[in-house]
Amino acid sequence: MHELGITQNIVAIVTERAGNLKVNRVKLEIGKLSAIVPDAIRFCFDLCAKDTLLDGAILEIVEIDGLGKCESCGAAVPLSVLAGLCNCGSRDIICIAGKELKIKEMEVA
Amino acid sequence: MCTTCGCSDDAKPQVINLQTGRSQSLLPEHSHEHEHSHSHEHPHSHEHPHDHEHPHDHEHPHSHEHPHSHEHPHDHAHSHDHEHPHSHEHPHSHEHPHDHEHSHSHEHSHSHEHSHSHEHTPQKSKIIQLEEQILAKNDKLAERNRGWFQGSKILALNLVASPGAGKTALLERTIQDLKNKVTISVIEGDQATVNDAKRIQNTGAKVVQINTGAGCHLDAEMLALGLKQLQPENNSILFIENVGNLVCPALFDLGEDCKIAILSVTEGEDKPVKYPHMFQAAKVLLLNKVDLLPHLNFDIEACKKYALSVNPKIRILEVSAARGDGLDDWYKWLQEYQLSSRN
Repeated sequence: MHELGITQNIVAIVTERAGNLKVNRVKLEIGKLSAIVPDAIRFCFDLCAKDTLLDGAILEIVEIDGLGKCESCGAAVPLSVLAGLCNCGSRDIICIAGKELKIKEMEVA
Repeated sequence: MCTTCGCSDDAKPQVINLQTGRSQSLLPEHSHEHEHSHSHEHPHSHEHPHDHEHPHDHEHPHSHEHPHSHEHPHDHAHSHDHEHPHSHEHPHSHEHPHDHEHSHSHEHSHSHEHSHSHEHTPQKSKIIQLEEQILAKNDKLAERNRGWFQGSKILALNLVASPGAGKTALLERTIQDLKNKVTISVIEGDQATVNDAKRIQNTGAKVVQINTGAGCHLDAEMLALGLKQLQPENNSILFIENVGNLVCPALFDLGEDCKIAILSVTEGEDKPVKYPHMFQAAKVLLLNKVDLLPHLNFDIEACKKYALSVNPKIRILEVSAARGDGLDDWYKWLQEYQLSSRN
């Protein structure tokens, strides 16, 4: 249940950046290979946001598909899980997208 | 349980120094510094600046008694389009907690466009681009730990595994066997108890126990506090025994040189593909308890294949901490890695 700690981080970062303004919306980017479950973040968000500047804010989560690059031939390999197999036969694939865990933007008023 | 952070009152995160017997709470400086601020003024919830009289609210002059509404003998299309120019653009249109129902919702069959411009715009909302890594704080602290390790020439190894894979047993054996060759100290992570730290203490090594309370992993801040207590020697090896868990410890960098995953053959051979993050993050996989293989259905070759499929570079060693199988390879790897990390 590391999503709880991660959501606390989100609230802490946003609060710090919001000054004293009320936060109406927070947009996250979460990669599908990040080992973070968006629904768990949503579940924790209201709890963590309560009585902060984020209370009642809308949480938007953009999920990013996994993408790898083959270290042998350089081809791009879509990844649905962390490991993949390139058409060239190599399993030596580095993940270049899908591990994002980022606060993209926030809307304050 | 605290509803703000989920921390449990009866499970306080703390660092226990086995050498001095002193314990220190992790709470004040730990990430729970979110100051449970639930009492003071909900600035927005009452007195919304826009509960200023909606001028259109009551008194729609046209709304009742339309004299023309009964049988228009002249059937030209209602030429009386009295445009109430009140165009309510609520720029803050999300969640009006003060739901002032514009009561003029009764169907005006005649199409006068209400466009009353009572703009309740106390402030305009503003979008701030952040592009901020959520784990940035942990990563920064981890880099600080890493720099400290490098400066002190300490090899820091983060041991990760399920509960019961044999992390502590492997450490006990390793410390005993290498006692005369290298100084080893240990930071133990568990949700509760100092049981593991006591086992390590019995080997004569310096040890500090971190109890994470409700936490399921060590983070860089906890480690930094543990290091302050432990004071590991220069040119030594530090083993960090993480909380038994194959999920979260993969995400939290502690500043270690590398992660060592331990998988015991009493577990399923498909663990590497079930928990790919952990096995991808590890540099070495120790397959422990191989002395038990004759009694099990564990397919060790399949397990290796699974591990290599998620991490083609992982080094796999078969060991038994109890009987001693394969430990020479493990010690050799340790020695070589320590040498290479110093250069």
